[in-house]
Amino acid sequence: MINSMLMWVIVAAPDGGEPSFSIAKMMAIIVSAIFINNYVLSRFLGICPFLGVSKQLDSAVGMGAAVVFVMVLATLGSWLVYHNLLVPHGMEYLRTITFIIIIASLVQLVEMILQKFSPALYDALGIFLPLITTNCAILGVAVLNIDDKFTLGYSLINSVAAGIGFTLALVLMAGIRERMETADVPEALKGLPLAFLIAGAMSIAFLGFAGLGG
Amino acid sequence: MIILAAQMTLVLVAQQETSILSAITGPVIVMGSIGLLLGLGLAFAAKKFAVPKDPRVEAILEVLPSANCGGCGYPGCAAFAIAVVEGNTAVTGCTAASSAVNSEIAKIMGTVAEEKEKMVATILCNGGKSAVNAFNYNGPSGCVSISMVMGGQKACTYGCLGSGDCIDACPFDAMVTGDNGVPVIDAKKCVACGKCIEACPRDIIVLWPSSRKVVVACSSKDKGGIARKACSVACIGCRKCAKVCPVDAVEIDGFLAKINPDKCINCGLCASECPTGAIIDGIPVRPKAFIDTTCIGCTLCTRVCPTDAIEGSLKEKHTVIADKCIGCGQCVEKCPKKSIKMMGGVLSQQ
Repeated sequence: MINSMLMWVIVAAPDGGEPSFSIAKMMAIIVSAIFINNYVLSRFLGICPFLGVSKQLDSAVGMGAAVVFVMVLATLGSWLVYHNLLVPHGMEYLRTITFIIIIASLVQLVEMILQKFSPALYDALGIFLPLITTNCAILGVAVLNIDDKFTLGYSLINSVAAGIGFTLALVLMAGIRERMETADVPEALKGLPLAFLIAGAMSIAFLGFAGLGG
Repeated sequence: MIILAAQMTLVLVAQQETSILSAITGPVIVMGSIGLLLGLGLAFAAKKFAVPKDPRVEAILEVLPSANCGGCGYPGCAAFAIAVVEGNTAVTGCTAASSAVNSEIAKIMGTVAEEKEKMVATILCNGGKSAVNAFNYNGPSGCVSISMVMGGQKACTYGCLGSGDCIDACPFDAMVTGDNGVPVIDAKKCVACGKCIEACPRDIIVLWPSSRKVVVACSSKDKGGIARKACSVACIGCRKCAKVCPVDAVEIDGFLAKINPDKCINCGLCASECPTGAIIDGIPVRPKAFIDTTCIGCTLCTRVCPTDAIEGSLKEKHTVIADKCIGCGQCVEKCPKKSIKMMGGVLSQQ
């Protein structure tokens, strides 16, 4: 089983995808996930933590790290289950619900293991870890990996890049919002209304990356 | 492992040939087995990776007010609960907790909570509209902003600026702007968390024992004349209150009277004596002393009465002159036969 897993990672998808691993495609996936199709600012996934945890730079970085961590695990788990259990039995339509329970239990498991073996990291991630269960960007990555017919290796790369893209958006947002705290803005725009406007402006700015992929 | 087990069950199902039934049972079994295995896995992991946690933390967290006000000095109620269990803070450390909650926490910890006087935030200024403006302020609102412009728009540089920073800071909605522009604190809602004290740029809010109803509502350290010109209800340091106080609870610090809450007996004499009205008496109707028939006429009460409200000669039953009695209760304490009782009265304005 480990051997076959390695084969997927290095070589190809079992359902007859591209046979070899290309650096060019890897770079394309990374640039796409971080900038062009940024999960928050272009695909509008994971908006809840994007607005909820972007008040302070510290917590934004913490949340971003936790999301990268869980995204990779969720991709691994969901990809393996999809290609080994659902596809062989023609049950692809069970994808969404299966992925949801896999992600939910993975987060739980990760939380328990972290609490046991790395209390420092557990304390640092704090409330963000359980919050990730309901982060639709995680499910989004898992589902889009399947839609794009990525191999396991590409899927993992895509999930890391998506997590980095999420972190980037969150950190940028937190940086702007920290400055806005002290800025003299109209009373009615203070707080969340301004955050929405900033998010919109950032999304437009990220639209500028659209030509990057060619 | 999960995948292998699920596959095995599925192979068994597949052997029973296809029908509508199997079209339903297949997915049900797949989902069921995934759910079951993940559930069992989690249950196993919960046991295997269990971190021993003190159940008292949860128990304490349950009885705490959960306002996360930070009045205890810890970041939130959960951190406070952990600190209590670890013995880093007293069981009565939560400022927002009632004494019932405190004793409950003490019960969880297996100790007894010491009764603590309930404190209430009190603003030592009643200036508001009585305080003269030195100039017109048109800048951004907020006491901090106002105080940064030439020491605020009020002629008095000690008093309340009236922009309500403390009201905004109060997590319990215990403060509202009063009729004269100075915030009013609802003693029932106030839990003495100290957020308003931090927010006030003038430092004129203190935690005052709730049982002490007489307060010098002024913080001006200016000389009498200057203070009076800036505000009609300022303390001018005339010392009348200190002279009239039967228990020496009033101390004059420079040109400002201060009541020592440990000594004060709520008699309100100072408030009635104050020429500017700087001392606020929070008791609208005071109880009156009554002497019953067990009085032996020892005259101890007449000697202790600050207003000479008790009359009667030696060895005869004494009586109280109701008009003169201010309900301070000093005679009740002194009476050797416990013949004096306080009757009537309303203890607070609410």
